[in-house]
This record gives sequence, structure tokens and C-alpha cells, in this order.
Amino acid sequence: MTGTPQALQPAPQPAPQPAPHQLPPPLFTARCRVCWYLAALLALVIASFWSLNLQWGQFFSLDAARSMGRFLGEFFPPDTSPDFLRRVGVGLVETLAMSALGTALAAVAGLALSLPASRLHAGDRAWARAPTRALLNVLRAVPELVWAGLLLIAAGLGPFAGTLALAVHTTGVLGRLFAETLENAAPGPGDALRTQGVGKGRVFLYASLPQVLPQLLSYTLYRWENNIRAAAVLGVVGAGGLGQLLAFHMGLFHMAKTATVLGAMLLLVALVDALSYASRRWLVK
Amino acid sequence: MASASLRRIATTAPSHDPAWLGRIAWLSLGLVLLWPLGVATEFRPWILVEPDSLRVTGRFLSSFLPPAMAPEFLALVAREAWRTVAIATAGMVLALAIALPLTLLSVRALSISALSGRMARGPFWLRQAVRWLLIVLRSVPELVWALVFVRVVGLGPTAGVLAIALTYGGMLGKVYAEILESGELHATETLLRNGSSRLQALGFGLLPQNAAELTSYTVYRWECAIRSSVVLGFVGAGGLGQQMDSAMKMFNGGEVATMLLVFVALVALADRISAGLRRVLG
Repeated sequence: MTGTPQALQPAPQPAPQPAPHQLPPPLFTARCRVCWYLAALLALVIASFWSLNLQWGQFFSLDAARSMGRFLGEFFPPDTSPDFLRRVGVGLVETLAMSALGTALAAVAGLALSLPASRLHAGDRAWARAPTRALLNVLRAVPELVWAGLLLIAAGLGPFAGTLALAVHTTGVLGRLFAETLENAAPGPGDALRTQGVGKGRVFLYASLPQVLPQLLSYTLYRWENNIRAAAVLGVVGAGGLGQLLAFHMGLFHMAKTATVLGAMLLLVALVDALSYASRRWLVK
Repeated sequence: MASASLRRIATTAPSHDPAWLGRIAWLSLGLVLLWPLGVATEFRPWILVEPDSLRVTGRFLSSFLPPAMAPEFLALVAREAWRTVAIATAGMVLALAIALPLTLLSVRALSISALSGRMARGPFWLRQAVRWLLIVLRSVPELVWALVFVRVVGLGPTAGVLAIALTYGGMLGKVYAEILESGELHATETLLRNGSSRLQALGFGLLPQNAAELTSYTVYRWECAIRSSVVLGFVGAGGLGQQMDSAMKMFNGGEVATMLLVFVALVALADRISAGLRRVLG
């Protein structure tokens, strides 16, 4: 129909106006898809609450309130002895180091995996694209904490397992993002080199990498920010950093020390949030 | 003649990376900076290939195959997978119950005093206080909330539901307020100026243009809640994570393998459903 001249087409009919006395459409009809979604959602919510049999009575009882109050009261005053503060400081540095090293390793591994995971030019058969992407999806789907639990067996308790766990999960995330970036890069420079018979490696170094490098760096920094937050809690399974201190002291009911660690953790998260907010404002301005 | 010029082009194409000096310099600077980090994190990759550790890892990995397939274990995994979804859903409902009133309290676009110049002092500080509350709720990681609640209400799904409710309540409240304020505010302002109430201005000015974005963000957060409710199981808040944790501690590779497969499938399913819902609603 697209090719027919305008004059041959029938004049467009005006849309039928609803008569003013007509009722609004009924709220529920069997053909209304959103209604069915809402009904399914309601069923899911009711089934969830019903099957969990949450102990609200216990939670909102006077007894629970008292134990909660006692629990919170034991947090004060936090332990601020210089000796313990030094240990918290070490935990803080360890957390930052875990996140930075984990992200750096993930950036390298992600870049290495993003090359087979992307179709670099139109004629690329990219036979490794689907399997590499599947691998990246699996790495990404398993959370850091689960990786940490698995890697504890190979790497032992401590920050090394946490670093590896962050690296493995972030490799999945960054590899996927890097592959998308590489595929979206302008093909011109790469094609120009390729027609001159330049090999794959040099096409990547001369044409693709300079184009995508700023984007790759910004993705890496963004993941680093996420990983600082993740590294703070990763230790509760024994993978080092502040989380390990937290789980240790909470397990032994050292409430004053727990409060100090919690404070350090919140400070770290708040600092990262503020820095990222400020730098984003500064970059956008 | 033509082939000679082609050959000349081919030979003059640089055979080494023209930017190699800068790249090597940045790389080595990076490595120097990474060195102390490696020390701080006890980064010793060679312990992975020490014979002792290799033997343990090898035994654990080889026990992954075949995944545990006993019918009663599969029934247990199915029940726990449902509990994981249920914890996430119930947590999201409570999070909405926290987030909606706080959003309404903190949206600046619904301020009547701000229509004429500066917002009055009382409402301004109320909004600021609500924002700080949302930031505090959001910045405590859900795992820490879960650790605290496990101490208070005991092991089980209640701790997980409360942890998700508090953290996600903070996140939803903050993002809802941002979404509501980022749109075109002209209609809302006009309604308020002409004497409509704040709820009317919300319902007829703010919601119609932002409903799709709000819904799709909520669905996306539900998907994230499923992922984090698995993680919360590791500190004893019920669901698939708790079973996975105990199987890992028992070095029961077959059960871990089954649960990992179920978990990846669950996340993929939630991802698919959430993408479909967002397409329909958005």
C-alpha cells in the first residue's frame, strides 16, 4: 500500500466519538491484559504472605520490643579504644583494597572475554560469541556472596577469597558491558585498517581500543563503586574486610565492638555515595 | 604501478602500536599502584595450585557431578525456591508500604508554599528529614539488617522479609521522589495554583505521566529482591540461600550444583518475566 499515490486512497474516516451518555469502559473484562497481570500479582502477594507464616505476633510483642531495645542499648557506647579502632582501620583498608583489586582483575578478564563475545565487524563469523556470552551470564547470575562461599574452599578464609569472588562476578558484568560497547563502536576506522590487510590484534589496538577506552573506564569505575559496597558485607561468610569483623564480633555478642564496625561500614558507604554524587555533578556540569 | 603503490601502503602501515609508550607507562603505573593492594588482600594466587588445596578443590568440584536428583531433595529445593520468591515478594510489599507515604512526604513538587517563592521553613525541614531517613534506610546493606533481625526474631524468613523491606523501602522512596520530580511539572503546578488538593495534583498531574516509569522501576527492584533474598539466606534468613550455605559447609557438591542450577534458572525466569512486564506496562 505504501507505493500507491495519495489521491487513490480513501479519505481517512474520523475516529468514532463515544456518545456522551456512554458509560466508561468496565474495570474488568476478560480481554484486559493488565487486569490479568494485576490479578496474578495479587495472588502472588497473598500466596507469599500465607506460605511464609511470618511471626508478626512474636515480632510486635512486648517481649520482642524489649529484646530489641536491649539489643540496641548494648550497642552504646561503641568501643573506641585505640587498639580496636586500629583493627577497624585495617578492616577498612582491606575492604577498599579488595574492591579495587577485584575490579582491576575483572576489568582485565572482562576485556579478554569481551573480544570473543562480540561480533567485531560485519563479516565476523563470531563462532565463540554465543558460548562466551553464556559463560558471562552464568558468572553474572551468581551473586558475589555465593561465589565467596564457593571460593572459600579453594582459597581459604580471608580477603583473598573475597577479592576473587568480586573479580569473578564483576568479570561477568563487565565482560557483557564491554562486549556491547565494542559492538556499538563506529566500524569505520576498523574497516579502513582491515581493507589494508592489517591483522586482528592491531586493528583492535589501533582502531577499536582508542574509541571505546573512555566508556570502558567509566563502566569500570561504576562497578568499583558497587564493589566497595559489596566488599563491605562480603566478609560475613568469612571472606575478609569489615564484614568479617562484623560477623565475628556479632557472633560473640561483643555489641560495643559490633557498633564500631557498623559505624565504619556506614561511614564508608556514605562516603562512597557522596563522592560518586559529587563527581557525577562535577562531570555533568 | 598500482601494485607498487599498494605495497608501499602496506609496508608503511605501522607495524608497532603507535601509542605503546603511553600505554606501557600507564600499565606499569597501574601495576605499581596495585602492588600494595595485593599485599593488603593477601593476594597469593599460587595457593590455589598448591597440591593440598588442589586436592580439596578437585574433590569438591568432582562431587558437583552428578547434581543431586533424589526426589525428596528436589521437593525440598522447590519448596525453598518458592520461599525465596515469597520472601522477595512479601519484602517488596512492605517496602512499598514504607516507601509510598515517605515519597508523598518528600516530593517537593507537591509543596504549596513553594509555589510562591521559597518553601516555608516547616515543610522544608520535614522534607529534608524524610530524605535523610530514606538515605539511612537505603545505605545500610540488607545483609546487615538481616544479621541484626536474625538476632532479634530468630532464624527464618521473618528476618529476610524485614531486611528487604527496610533497604528497598529506602531505595524505592528515594527513586520514586526523583522520578516524580524529573518529569514536566507544569500540569501539577497549574492544578495546585488553581486550588486542587495535593492528592488531586498527584493523581491527575504527577502520576499519569510517570506511572509507567514508576511501575517498571518497581518490577525491576522485585527482580533484584529475588537475587538478594538468596544472599540473605546465607546469614540464616531462610530460603534457597540457607540450604546452599549448609550444603557448602558439608562439602556436598551435588546438592550445591543442583541449587546453583535452580538459582540461575530462577534469576533468568524473573529476568524474563520482569522484562516482559516492563514491555507491556512501559
